[in-house]
Amino acid sequence: MSDTLRHAWIIARKDLLVEFRSRTAILSVAVFTVLVLLVFNFGRDPTAVAAVDLAPSILWVTFTFAAMLTLNRAFQLELENQALEGLLLAPVGRSSLYLGKLLANLIFVAVVEAVGLPLFALFFNVSLLPVLAPLAGIIALATVGFVAVGTLFSAMTARTRFAELLLPVLLLPFMIPPLIWAVLATAALLAGRPLSETGGGLRLLGAYDIVFVTLAFFLFPATVDE
Amino acid sequence: MKLLRAGRWITAVGFVLLAGVYLRALAFTPVERSQGLAQKIFYLHVPAAIWAETAMVLVGLASVFYLFLKDPRLDRFAEASAEVGTVFAAIVLTTGPIWGKPIWGTWWSWDARLTFTLFLFLLYAGYLLLRGAVADPGARRRYAAVLGICGMCLVPFIHFSVYLFRTLHPMPIVLKPSAPSLPGSMLATWLFSLSVFTLLYVAFVMQRYALGLLREPPAEGGGLHA
Repeated sequence: MSDTLRHAWIIARKDLLVEFRSRTAILSVAVFTVLVLLVFNFGRDPTAVAAVDLAPSILWVTFTFAAMLTLNRAFQLELENQALEGLLLAPVGRSSLYLGKLLANLIFVAVVEAVGLPLFALFFNVSLLPVLAPLAGIIALATVGFVAVGTLFSAMTARTRFAELLLPVLLLPFMIPPLIWAVLATAALLAGRPLSETGGGLRLLGAYDIVFVTLAFFLFPATVDE
Repeated sequence: MKLLRAGRWITAVGFVLLAGVYLRALAFTPVERSQGLAQKIFYLHVPAAIWAETAMVLVGLASVFYLFLKDPRLDRFAEASAEVGTVFAAIVLTTGPIWGKPIWGTWWSWDARLTFTLFLFLLYAGYLLLRGAVADPGARRRYAAVLGICGMCLVPFIHFSVYLFRTLHPMPIVLKPSAPSLPGSMLATWLFSLSVFTLLYVAFVMQRYALGLLREPPAEGGGLHA
């Protein structure tokens, strides 16, 4: 088990290093996140709709789009020069490969969310500081769930004809349940209502994470092995 | 193709019986007091909904067994079941608004159950799109199986997330823990309709399975003996 985790970390480190050296993807996604937030600002009538009513949706739609863009990258990176074949030939278990990709994706999406969150607070005048810890918890719970499914799906879609289009089409139905619960919990938090009000949703979010991380972990070999 | 011919005959019998369902529902079943004639759609809507969900579960089960046994027949069944499920989900999505307009006063509401069926339909659409996007038959089967299993596991989550919302949709009156709460004549019509839809599901799947077999190159499909 420790070997699995060690190998996973090596793969994640490789992905992050590639990204850190070029910094194209992370910068593009960060700029994209800012642009989506800007679009939302012009898409609402500030005199009719209070920012706090719209804030949870703005936050989560932005994160959804940003995550979708980053998830495509994980396996597309490996298509060049048949790098994926190299990875599969390496003496590394399939489960380490999945966990490594998942870890790299999680760090990647977390960075994008960390960039987006303060800008969201700034643009929409939402005071995040008093609720930062529980909000970070909700974001982490939701992100783990859909990034786990997204990593699995991107391993399949990367080798199809319409990868950029097919991944969102497959992933969105899977993202929507965690999004629904996350939006409800975020709305309760931002409006100063107790979190216990959405306890059922948070429990489902936790169950979703457990089910889909496990499922993706065991299904991943079927997407790469002939 | 014995299977194709048998499927056609059973479909023909199913359609004749479906006409019988209409006849019984319209002429020999009492009119519901508060909803009037619009309630008649219940005899089509609910059986179609039950089979739309069951078909997804069957796709998932066939996919699980496919990944273990690698038997192409299981994959062909999953493909057939997914396509038939798409049709049944489309029936639910069209009969629902037709009922909703006179009863709710609106074609569509973001009601929990409607949303659930829409997600199911999109899940099917994604599954069929993925099948179309992968050229290599082996990879197509594995990818479809992975998505099918994930889809089956998503169904309970969508189901629970819709129960968190207040809903305008009538509560279940047949499939619920206590005894069905509708008059015997209505229940008889409904059960008749459910068995006709079961027959139609079987007949459609048989035909679609036979067509799937015909589409495959002979060397791989193992001849034309179904």
